[in-house]
Amino acid sequence: MPGVEAVELPGRLADWDCRNNRLAWLALTSDGFFGRASAARDRYGADRVALVMGTSTSCIGATEEAYRRLLPDGQFPEDLRRPIVHTPHSLGDFVRAALGLEGVAVTVATACSSSAKVFAQAERLIRLGLADAAIVGGVDSLCGSVLFGFNSLELVSPEPCRPFDRARRGISLGEAGGFALLERDGEGGPWLLGYGESSDAHHMSSPHPEGLGARLAIQDALTRAALTPDAIDYINLHGTASQRNDEVEARLVAGMFPSRTLASSTKGWTGHTLGAAGIVEAVITFLAMETGLVPGTLNAQELDPACGPQIRIRNESAEVRFAISNSFGFGGSNCSLLFGKARHE
Amino acid sequence: MSTLTAFVNGVAFWAPRLPGWQIAVPVLRGEAAAPVQPAPRPAPTLLGPTERRRAPDTVAIALEVAGRACESAGADPKQLRSIFASTHGDLAINDYMSETLARTPTLVSPIRFHNSVHNAAAGYWTIGTGCHEPYTALTAYDDTFGEGLLEALMQAACSDRAVLLVTYDIEARGPVATMVPSRGIVGAGVVVSPHAQANSLARVHWRTSRGGERTVALDCNAELVAGNAMAACLPFFETLARSERRTIRLGLSPALLLELAIDFPDAEHADEG
Repeated sequence: MPGVEAVELPGRLADWDCRNNRLAWLALTSDGFFGRASAARDRYGADRVALVMGTSTSCIGATEEAYRRLLPDGQFPEDLRRPIVHTPHSLGDFVRAALGLEGVAVTVATACSSSAKVFAQAERLIRLGLADAAIVGGVDSLCGSVLFGFNSLELVSPEPCRPFDRARRGISLGEAGGFALLERDGEGGPWLLGYGESSDAHHMSSPHPEGLGARLAIQDALTRAALTPDAIDYINLHGTASQRNDEVEARLVAGMFPSRTLASSTKGWTGHTLGAAGIVEAVITFLAMETGLVPGTLNAQELDPACGPQIRIRNESAEVRFAISNSFGFGGSNCSLLFGKARHE
Repeated sequence: MSTLTAFVNGVAFWAPRLPGWQIAVPVLRGEAAAPVQPAPRPAPTLLGPTERRRAPDTVAIALEVAGRACESAGADPKQLRSIFASTHGDLAINDYMSETLARTPTLVSPIRFHNSVHNAAAGYWTIGTGCHEPYTALTAYDDTFGEGLLEALMQAACSDRAVLLVTYDIEARGPVATMVPSRGIVGAGVVVSPHAQANSLARVHWRTSRGGERTVALDCNAELVAGNAMAACLPFFETLARSERRTIRLGLSPALLLELAIDFPDAEHADEG
């Protein structure tokens, strides 16, 4: 993402300075979020607003840089001698400090489901009365581990990714940050009506061949929301454009949902933003609810035969009252979020 | 907020000089000396022979305490949601990845890469046990144990079921050890449930609190895990081992604590776990 390097953190946050936290700051100060989050902190009290962040690699890019610039005696260069940028909670601790929060502050790192699972953890915190509101989100930036690691697994496409295309050639790596403020009550939606979490129990880097874990997550989300599949207007799919994910997810959606449900992967626009994918795609789902513009699947030309009528290439206009966003990750960690435009009793 | 109640139905602990709960209990009670020789890392028997040899220390320790905690609770691992909490994740793989990327980035090992994710141990646990229940993997730096236990207690309360908590940190390697030092291997696990069972070890009334200091372990016990990034778990396990009715406080963030009033309704059996 251009411009991240040029971001300057306020002096009080200098200890947390690294590329991932600069991206976090860029996202935090976009769209008026910093002001809304600060107002919630002032309204509820700094210890009553929980912070739950998701990431996969957090600030490991700073550690990688230190290894490239090691001093002859094996020490880290002076400017990177800051322990907080060499540990995965760096992201959560940075956002806590940036917003002046004094409540629960935790970083979830379950690979590509991280910033979807933060919604579930925040809901539990609010339900039990441990917090009155929660700031959730996720930030992941590109670094050597991710770029060379995914290449070593031969999962990266040589061209921009084409989710659900018959001739898809793998994923495109992306980077992103996003945030949401969750409150028990509010003047308007969208509302988190349900979520489902599950484990594939199959393989570290390949999905369950029948999508068993994904099905359990979707069903759990529907059950919590007291909805059936025919109520779902739109599904933002995980749709990474990897061979296995898209085939399994396409079959699952074709078997579970009616033909009127619209479904798409938006990773053709964003790439796979890994630990940030959950929040990015939740926000895209909110935008579809707000505008009635339902995104299609950018870069897909001819759909895989596994796709049912739900998966759309072109953008469409439709009323989205209920929507699901899927995030599935390495280590078989699945999370489906179910959002409603209006509160559903 | 109001106070919630949970029961500790299973426990596991491992450190080089406290290799297993049975050994740890008399030492933490001050009734026996800790073994002088550190034990070798536990073997992850849940994995096949090849994976067992190649398993990173994080996976080996996490699978050991996860399995022992379930055994202690008499719980079927397939039925338990789980929380895996580690301060730094796999510091040895971080060192390997950072060094390889600095020298020969195209030679990064795909297996080491997928083992580098913070949820690798949780992934191997659910694969090895065939568990489709959800897991999470989290960190909160110095407050990782407190946040992990809070999430376990919350999930137990919300799901009205038993939940497995697995916490661990390993030895730091290479130059990154100067920034995030961690010595030895420490792992600890509990099964917590809203429901008591015949062999429940302890009852916990819990809430968050702003007042008070973080509880520290006795000096003689603290030195047995000193320097490990998960050392903050010790006051909780020391209290369980000593079966002493007590209120302890664990960090959740710089300004917030998890307050646990721990009692032992059936104290005469509590140290047999």
